[in-house]
Amino acid sequence: MAKRIDANDLNVYYGKFLAVEGVNINIEPRSVTAFIGPSGCGKTTFLRTLNRMHEVLPGAHVKGKVLLDGDDIYGPGVDPVTVRSQVGMVFQRPNPFPTMSIKENVLAGFKLNGKRLSKSDADAIVEKSLRGANLWNEVKDRLDKPGSGLSGGQQQRLCIARTIAVEPSVILMDEPCSALDPISTLAVEDLINELKNEYTVVIVTHNMQQAARVSDKTAFFNIAGTGKPGKLIEYAETSTIFNNPVEQATEDYVSGRFG
Amino acid sequence: MTTQKTPLEDAVSQPIAASTSTGDAPAGPERRHGRSRLTAGQLPKWTPYAVGAAALVLSAAIMALIGFNVAGWVIIAAIAYVVGMYAVTLIRENRRKATDGLWRNLIIGAFLIALVPLISVMWTVISNGWQGITQPGFFASDMQGITGKYDRAAQAGEGPILGGIAHALVGTLLITAATTIISVPIGLLASIYLVEYSNDNLFSKIIRFFVDVMTGIPSIVAGLFAAGFMLAVFSFFGAAPGAQTIGLSAAIALSVIMIPIVVRSTEEMLRVVPNELREASAALGVRKWRTTLKVVLPTAISGIASGVTLAIARVVGETAPILVTAGFTVATNWNLVKDWMMALPVYIYYQLTTPTAPQAPEPSMIRAWGGALVLIILVMLLNLLARAVAKWLAPKTAGR
Repeated sequence: MAKRIDANDLNVYYGKFLAVEGVNINIEPRSVTAFIGPSGCGKTTFLRTLNRMHEVLPGAHVKGKVLLDGDDIYGPGVDPVTVRSQVGMVFQRPNPFPTMSIKENVLAGFKLNGKRLSKSDADAIVEKSLRGANLWNEVKDRLDKPGSGLSGGQQQRLCIARTIAVEPSVILMDEPCSALDPISTLAVEDLINELKNEYTVVIVTHNMQQAARVSDKTAFFNIAGTGKPGKLIEYAETSTIFNNPVEQATEDYVSGRFG
Repeated sequence: MTTQKTPLEDAVSQPIAASTSTGDAPAGPERRHGRSRLTAGQLPKWTPYAVGAAALVLSAAIMALIGFNVAGWVIIAAIAYVVGMYAVTLIRENRRKATDGLWRNLIIGAFLIALVPLISVMWTVISNGWQGITQPGFFASDMQGITGKYDRAAQAGEGPILGGIAHALVGTLLITAATTIISVPIGLLASIYLVEYSNDNLFSKIIRFFVDVMTGIPSIVAGLFAAGFMLAVFSFFGAAPGAQTIGLSAAIALSVIMIPIVVRSTEEMLRVVPNELREASAALGVRKWRTTLKVVLPTAISGIASGVTLAIARVVGETAPILVTAGFTVATNWNLVKDWMMALPVYIYYQLTTPTAPQAPEPSMIRAWGGALVLIILVMLLNLLARAVAKWLAPKTAGR
């Protein structure tokens, strides 16, 4: 199920603007990797190149390679839709589909693609995904109610359930807890810990305690100044990054001296 | 707790003690009418009524000198009231309150003036049209065989007012339905292109500019375009001249007016669909056309539907483009692609300008007002429908 990700000399451009430069990173399967760094340093941009979501913006393109278990996702003839069905994504703000019920939201990956599911299959997927997202007990009695009626934390876990329902190999999370209260954050962090048994999880976070709590390895991104490209400064075991980093910039950032 | 007060407690308790010890003396005389010191010096609540009554009396007196009429009486009274309130407040209270009241009165006055034409139109049409729509057979019969003879008899009180709007109602409904069927798919797809696919390229900017221009073109131009276009098409296929004057030509003329309205309103609605939903769908591995069809459109559908309904309401009252494309007739015609067709606005126009019996125009006037009332009711129903549809299709958010 879970696949490894390798980026080789990856440059990300918005039109002519070089946003992220020269990223080399190897992300192991069944692990949690956290991206930290100041705002605008390109960690979200880099995350979105891992499932080609950055291409939603006109003019965005990359140079270099991103390998998903050895297959280049930017290779000629690769359909971004195929990539995205293997690399799921959870966004900063919970975004359940407002026109759909909780159940339909979980099944959105199938329903929107026009796949027919038998009722028993659909029910099984809904229960498995919602249990996987630690949401089943809270919503099992109101599966036909609108998803937008849930609290923010529940909505975010619904979005995670929606993502794992289509059984991707990798789950990308773009600051999944920044719009949530501490209790909901705790629920999502517990969930991330469970998810790594089956998936490769990559998470962008501004919260360094969160990175320390949930991740196995941490990547620190930084930017030299406005208009300059973001770079991967240091990538190591989380304990190394937070306790004895190699780079001075990393130490300054994690110890709160800047940023 | 110690008995010694902290500085904070001291600060809090002092003013309270001061006010309770000295509060009685000045409050006593001022509280006569249930007022506190805070409301002292204010005008009593009945002041506006008193000033209003005085203004009405003064106005009546002025009108009595120059000859009484109700409109003048109300207008002069209103002016006198505004001036009077300003003067009274200025003398009894202060300049700030007087200015505040003056502007409030002027704004209320402007609102009432804006309501006058609206209410006046509604009142005129209802009072004049009521007699028309309550004639027996007004909705069921057309004007076939209704000659001046019957109208002269009706005006002389020797017979009922015959004839009705059946043919015009049928024509309006058919032409409007055909217009909707032509315009909605084109308008909807065009706006989907503009919002979802164009990436704001030069072509889309040109389309948007011309759509804006088209929303403002005079409707007669749309009519002439459709008439010329259909004439060219028909003569290309060798049809006899004049065969292009059919209901469908009118529907094309109205489509020229309706498509830009649908494009604009739908575009606005699609733009307010949050980008997050498109991204959420794309991240699930859903193709763009499916995302548009199953996420974007359902989210915006209530706004789109009400926009379309309002666009229909806009074209249902067009006269000139129908007159030059579908002509006019006295018989009911159910066929959109053959023979001339009547529509309600054209019916009203013809009943007013060319009465069936020129010597006895009264029955034609009654029929015209009746048609106008039906048209207004139609537009009103469409507006209500738009609201109902918007409410019915809106994404449900309850249940937290």
